[in-house]
Amino acid sequence: MRLFKLAIVFTLMLAVLLAAAGCPAPEEETSTPVTAAQDKPAPPAEVDDNVPAPKLVSEEAGEINISGGTAHIPVMEEAQKVFAVMYPNVKISIAGGGSGVGIKQVGEGLVQIGNSGRAPTEEEITTHGLVEFKWAIDGVAAVVHPDNPVSDLTKEQLIKVFAGEITNWSELGGADKGINVYTRDEESGTRKVFVELGLDDGSFVDTANVVVSNGAMKSAIAQDPDGIGYVSVGHIDETVKGLALDGVAPSLENVKSGAFGISRGLYSLTKGEPEGIVKAFLDFLYTDEGKQIITDKGFIPAG
Amino acid sequence: MQPRSEQAAERILLVCAVLSSLITAAILVFMLIMGLPLLAGGRIFTLAISAWEPGRELFGIYPMLLGTLAVAPLALIIALPVSLGTAALIGVAQPRGAVLFVRRFVQLMTGIPTVVYGFVGVFLLVPLIRGMAGRGTGMCVLTAALLLALLVAPTMILFFGEAFQSVPRAYLLAVDAIGADRWQKFCHVILPNAWRGVLGGIVMATGRAFGDTMIALMVAGNAARVPQSVYDPVRTLTSHIALIKAADYNSLEFKSIFACGLALYLVASVLVVLIRRIGRHEAAR
Repeated sequence: MRLFKLAIVFTLMLAVLLAAAGCPAPEEETSTPVTAAQDKPAPPAEVDDNVPAPKLVSEEAGEINISGGTAHIPVMEEAQKVFAVMYPNVKISIAGGGSGVGIKQVGEGLVQIGNSGRAPTEEEITTHGLVEFKWAIDGVAAVVHPDNPVSDLTKEQLIKVFAGEITNWSELGGADKGINVYTRDEESGTRKVFVELGLDDGSFVDTANVVVSNGAMKSAIAQDPDGIGYVSVGHIDETVKGLALDGVAPSLENVKSGAFGISRGLYSLTKGEPEGIVKAFLDFLYTDEGKQIITDKGFIPAG
Repeated sequence: MQPRSEQAAERILLVCAVLSSLITAAILVFMLIMGLPLLAGGRIFTLAISAWEPGRELFGIYPMLLGTLAVAPLALIIALPVSLGTAALIGVAQPRGAVLFVRRFVQLMTGIPTVVYGFVGVFLLVPLIRGMAGRGTGMCVLTAALLLALLVAPTMILFFGEAFQSVPRAYLLAVDAIGADRWQKFCHVILPNAWRGVLGGIVMATGRAFGDTMIALMVAGNAARVPQSVYDPVRTLTSHIALIKAADYNSLEFKSIFACGLALYLVASVLVVLIRRIGRHEAAR
């Protein structure tokens, strides 16, 4: 009889396994733990009491899966909280993975919204029939540990540091310590933008450490007194110090005015024109409330 | 005559066993088919010995292959003596007080997800290793190996412990009777008799050490370059797969993932076979 019970347990386990195998979006499962480790996990759809009650509560139900750019995540999470009040029956899940992942997954229909921290290429748009929504402008800045005395680099210095030609902080007016270079994985839109506009298509030294999200970059630099990396300007806070480039600080004003050279759009992409709840969610980013969230999270609302 | 329910149960279990082995085989077949373009042209060998520089159209997995071969065996070498010692304590000493606590604790440790080790490692171990090395980021071969050792040790300890306990009691009493000390008892009676179980534990640990992704991804630094010392950053085959998962399906980058998968499958299989070989040889002696 014990054997019989065992058999039932095994069968159930196998059934669960097969059900999981049949589940779509395996990519999402592999990318979720990465973001869950470094970024905050998506909070449950709850709202603070002080958020004014919206006029309209929609009965519409459904699911919106979002993945891709990790710079977008703070805005997406906040927008999700407010959106959940207006659409209590809509379930939104937010994953990272990087811009490349976002573009690929939305193109293949694995998610409804793919986020990208760079403009999708012509080829990406035409192969998958993507429609782009640019809802914010963001900068990308080199960051160091807050205790690092260096606070300003010329573009030439920046290129040489990331290429491994300048290897000691003393060459830049800092302590006599080796420079630890951090970079992002090749799916990162932040990386593409930084290489193109920050490093003038320069390359990274092959000993550079690779981290997988803006959040992970922030915690790596916050931990390493001799480190240098780069993050979305919206992610700069007291734990890391943004470096001025040729004397121009990476502030919101300088990104907005164009004085700070490394800026980019934050995009959300859909496969074909969005409809229903997906359209409602994207439209929300362009409302006054949505723009306020974008500003609060350190970006400049676009459009 | 067996009761009918027993027969039914046996059949259900058989189906389960066949299904799970079929799934394992299907994965290998899938990888072979996806990697076929690489295998056919003999390109897999070129991939296995060239560098990873996508900017220069080089998609080799050599640095990652060496990375895995540096991190996983080092982890096993660190974990093996510790595990043998702990298992000896649990399996040979009387199960009470501290020993019982250690055993419970080890059982608990087998269930800790690797991402937790990785996360704790980033904040505790990485700064420590950075201070020790006096250079670099602290994200390196040694950090990953130490954390991996922590991951695989509980598996080995439990396997070893079981094996030690299965040594016939009569043997133990006999050794005690002829006046052997504990060390002699362990080395000359328990270890040779528990050899199979010890081997099983090592095989399991090898699989875990080679297959784990999160720890290396989070604390090894991920530089796609052959490490020159234990303080150099390293990218393993598994973290490489995790890092380039998103490349276009038709690109060489994406195909190199299958080369990674195949290499991982091969390396792990060869090692397991090797360990079993050595084990059989030792047992025969």
